[in-house]
Amino acid sequence: MIVAKNIHKSFGDKEVLKGIDFVFEKSKTNLIIGRSGAGKTVLLKALVGLIAPTKGEVWYDDINFYNLTIKEVRKLRNKVGMLFQGNALFDSMSIEANVKFPLDMFTDMSEKEKLKQVNSVLDRVELEGVNNKYPSEISGGMQKRVGIARAIVMEPEYLFCDEPNSGLDPKTALIIDDLIKDITDEKEMTTIINTHDMNSVMEIGENILLLDQGKVVWTGDKDKIIKSNNKFIDDFIFASPFLKNMKNKAFGLKNK
Amino acid sequence: MIKRQFYHLGEYVLWLRKVFSRPEKFKMYYKETIRQIDEIGFGSLKIVFIISVFIGAVTAVQLSYQFGDSLIPVYYIGYALREMEIVELAPTITSLVLAGKIGSSIAAEIGGMRQKEIIDAMEIMGVNTQAYLVLPKIVAAMFSIPMLIILAAALSIFSGFLAAVTFGDFIPSDFIKGLTSFYDSYTVIIMIIKSFFFSFIIVTVSAYHGYFVKGGSIELGKSGTKAVVYSDIFILVFDYLIAQLMMG
Repeated sequence: MIVAKNIHKSFGDKEVLKGIDFVFEKSKTNLIIGRSGAGKTVLLKALVGLIAPTKGEVWYDDINFYNLTIKEVRKLRNKVGMLFQGNALFDSMSIEANVKFPLDMFTDMSEKEKLKQVNSVLDRVELEGVNNKYPSEISGGMQKRVGIARAIVMEPEYLFCDEPNSGLDPKTALIIDDLIKDITDEKEMTTIINTHDMNSVMEIGENILLLDQGKVVWTGDKDKIIKSNNKFIDDFIFASPFLKNMKNKAFGLKNK
Repeated sequence: MIKRQFYHLGEYVLWLRKVFSRPEKFKMYYKETIRQIDEIGFGSLKIVFIISVFIGAVTAVQLSYQFGDSLIPVYYIGYALREMEIVELAPTITSLVLAGKIGSSIAAEIGGMRQKEIIDAMEIMGVNTQAYLVLPKIVAAMFSIPMLIILAAALSIFSGFLAAVTFGDFIPSDFIKGLTSFYDSYTVIIMIIKSFFFSFIIVTVSAYHGYFVKGGSIELGKSGTKAVVYSDIFILVFDYLIAQLMMG
């Protein structure tokens, strides 16, 4: 479980996060959603420690993250995996070397054990026969899977995903969503996903936080979204007239 | 402007402290150091060879022209060439050229990793990115560049000899007499000390500019330019300081 307590973040005069309080639950896919510029990425980076908040606390279970020393942060980070929007793979390394990197750096496993672990996570993300290929030789969807494989190779307790579906076609995006959800369930991780992909919201949104202009404007799960009368949900989820009509027809509401 | 320069100087010093932290795993740092020795050392052989040959030859030709009709003994050309190459030209010119070649490459490599969020990814894994990305480069440069500079000095003296005896009016024995006259090993020590300082400057100044790059491809290009310009400035400042301290 990760708890955000009164998170504020300003860049110069601009306050991007204005007091975020939220509990990201264990064994659930927790989604941070909102329009572009709402502060989603800043919040995700504040949670993971890439951007220090101006004010507030982030708790990883019973650990206050911003009270830790650099050494303690690095130790905690062995329990954290992150999938980046652009995948952040090492271009000059093979897929196998990319996934093996955290094991090389932080474990005393033998080469054989490391390869077994690498192959196991590559199998888990349904990537076979790509060990010796380079990131530039595989598709965007496959690169995402490699990113996920690298993020889970150390068997983390906390998984962060920054826009996991960006640049993917809807079908592949769905596969990636399902993969993240399944892995979260299997490993009982606290998964936090930053997205503005509506399919993801409706597919895997178990605990959702909607941000608007740096504030929490709605929380709930995917089932509550459909029935919600919240203005921000309407503006964000049912932004297109088509979806608005669909919702109104489904609930017998009049079109505004 | 001056305030900003002091800000960068302070940030550079604080950043260097993190660079010299204890490595997470020596084996990984060792592997990276070997890779960097290959890149920095062997990768620079060709350019060092070319510049040394021409600088040695040009220096010999110009010395011959300057001393040619004077009362200075002819063999002094060999002596002057040796001293110039060892004390000044080989370490300084080679380092200035290497700042262009290695410095821009380091800034682009680390800056590219910053822009593609690879540095963030490594931080999330728990890697001390300052140390892992920079320390092996420092070790590799401080191992390779002094050797390149010694090689540059030897090559330029040899090419100067060839230029002087082939196209000048000198007999080889005159030139060799000059080369072997008044030899003081202290000058070689100065050359080696300079080469260690310059290696450190090239890597750390360039890596600093790459590490803190912000923005897109234009900023990445600018960071490469800054890496080279500031490395060159610091090389020249330290060249003077070392000369003043050791020879002044």
